[in-house]
Amino acid sequence: MANLNLVQAINLALIQEMEKDDRVMLLGEDVGVNGGVFRVTEGLHARFGARRVVDTPLAESGIIGTSIGLAMAGLRPIPEIQFDGFLGPAYDQICSHAARMRTRTRGAFTVPLTIRVPVGGGIHAPELHSDSPEAIYSHQPGIKVVMPSSPYDAKGLLISSIRDPDPVIFFEPKRVYRAFREEVPEDEYTIPIGKARVVCEGTELTIVSWGASVLQCMESIEKSSRSIELIDLRTIFPMDLEAIEASVRKTGRCVVVHEAPRTGGMGAEVAAQIMERCFLYLEAPVQRVAGFDTIMPYYKLELNYMPDANRITGAIEDVFSF
Amino acid sequence: MPIKSILKLEIERVSILDEHGNYDEKLGAGLIPDADLVKLYEAMSSCRYLDEVAFKLQRSGRMGTYPQNMGQEATSLAAAYVLNQDDWLVTCYRENCGLFWRGVPMEAILLHWMGDERGNAMPRPHFATPIAVPIGTQMLHATGLAWASKYRGEKQIACTFFGDGATSEGDFHEAANFAANLDIPVVFCCQNNFWAISVPGKIQCSAPTVAQRGIAYGMPCLQVDGNDIFACVYAVKEAAQRARKESRPTFIEMVTYRLGDHTTADDARRYRDQAEVDVWKLRDPLLRTRKFMESKKLWNSSKEDAMRQRIEVEVNAAVARSEQIVAPEVSDVFNYTFAELPSDLAQQRDSMQTHSLASQATVRSEGH
Repeated sequence: MANLNLVQAINLALIQEMEKDDRVMLLGEDVGVNGGVFRVTEGLHARFGARRVVDTPLAESGIIGTSIGLAMAGLRPIPEIQFDGFLGPAYDQICSHAARMRTRTRGAFTVPLTIRVPVGGGIHAPELHSDSPEAIYSHQPGIKVVMPSSPYDAKGLLISSIRDPDPVIFFEPKRVYRAFREEVPEDEYTIPIGKARVVCEGTELTIVSWGASVLQCMESIEKSSRSIELIDLRTIFPMDLEAIEASVRKTGRCVVVHEAPRTGGMGAEVAAQIMERCFLYLEAPVQRVAGFDTIMPYYKLELNYMPDANRITGAIEDVFSF
Repeated sequence: MPIKSILKLEIERVSILDEHGNYDEKLGAGLIPDADLVKLYEAMSSCRYLDEVAFKLQRSGRMGTYPQNMGQEATSLAAAYVLNQDDWLVTCYRENCGLFWRGVPMEAILLHWMGDERGNAMPRPHFATPIAVPIGTQMLHATGLAWASKYRGEKQIACTFFGDGATSEGDFHEAANFAANLDIPVVFCCQNNFWAISVPGKIQCSAPTVAQRGIAYGMPCLQVDGNDIFACVYAVKEAAQRARKESRPTFIEMVTYRLGDHTTADDARRYRDQAEVDVWKLRDPLLRTRKFMESKKLWNSSKEDAMRQRIEVEVNAAVARSEQIVAPEVSDVFNYTFAELPSDLAQQRDSMQTHSLASQATVRSEGH
């Protein structure tokens, strides 16, 4: 056991998978000598060499497109896209090729790659360094979308993602990178993709959240006198609908919290699924606490944009006073 | 300080057998043995006949939109002829001739354009990637495939095909840049056929050659007569050797011409002159190869007639096979989305069996 933060947990998972499997290799901008702009790949270039930890030209589509070829040939590439906002240039390769290759070739070709992407706001970064695009990629069939909120989950989920036979976008909430440490086993373990975690149990209301917002949910729950159950989805797609259903049938109330814009966000999908599965169990309409349908502001106003404990508490009160 | 010229560049053009029958004995020496030349001509002829048949299949409603290859047969065929069977051939959708030489069955291509993904289920021994519909994106995959070979310390290389329009796409430039800077053994073959649907080449590239785009990436580049099978073989051979020995990419501009429409959904008469097409008809790769073989007494009209009969049987049998293939399972819509179907998708699959539009249509027609 070691007491690790999210950055160290991911670094450890990468080392262990690379030692175990020569097919695993890293590529991206600044991932090599520099160890990544967040130092997630620190020491890996020295340890595994330039063959397996590759500094590429500055071109996101090129990074993902070549990774697709590497994966089609049977390797397990882990490309890094440096920031959420720079996934855009790689969108075509992700959605037109990575997501569709298995379907279009009826399984003759597969694309087992894990795209690592730091995600979300709260670190005083410039424009396009603070976005939350998980809904965009969850809407594209053929890709799995993962977003851990803790070091323990990050290690287990990253190992599952690397070993997954299909493309995975692994979002790393940068606000959590160094926010706290927890015990992370040095031994290998996996956490299944598609399984949520019940962070704390409760009987009166369910909060569904993921990524860095889980921290604000916990803050709000600690202040509340109500018995609240918190579900961290951990995987955005495929979503653990059974976990949501079981919890909401028990509590009869639900608030969904995410940092991404509200309209068309994954909170809408959670709410719709609850309508279909738990309608007669509901005591109140499902509430969403989300980023606004605006451009993510520059950092002077970013805390006003992101859901904080006060907004979450407000939504909880609204649900109970319905 | 006087201003100095620090870089002078030139682009070589390779032509071995031109449309007038002039043949460069020196460059062509030992390039293609006579027996192989006959086989290559037969392959081009068979591909051409498939084009004619496919066009009719589309017009009679037996196949969807189809892009004819007519006039461009020599380019991909030359690559498939030169490369090893396990070198990756990463094409777009006008390289049937090369794919058939590789052993990809004709019915696979037909099946693809008949709206059936199983046509793209390229068996691994062909080392060919699926037909790439989005323009100019597959060169990055070729670069990745060749990189994987280098990563493993193998000698396998990749050769990718794309059109002149594709060189306007960012992914072309990213692929060229990755391959050159990371020393990846890939051969870039641009089929410059002068037309990207209705948009002429000058709107894609205002430089005198497309080939010179390779210079910007520090990779060897050249232009060849793409309707000259000898020139194409010559260039790919040299490029493949460079890739295998030095792990370096090459950019080859193969100047050819799309004799047909872009696809069966297009009518090229709307935007180009017949006079231009007529000039290029005289430069047809089949025509000049046949004349050359006849001049060397390798070919005559009775051989042509016999071949034609063989080809008709072969192509018609492929059409029959593609039309006789049992329709895919309805659940196949879901079955290849992921290795393992998530539970919600499994539920959607089951609901499609009972509530799909297709089943409603059946119910309605039964009701009448």
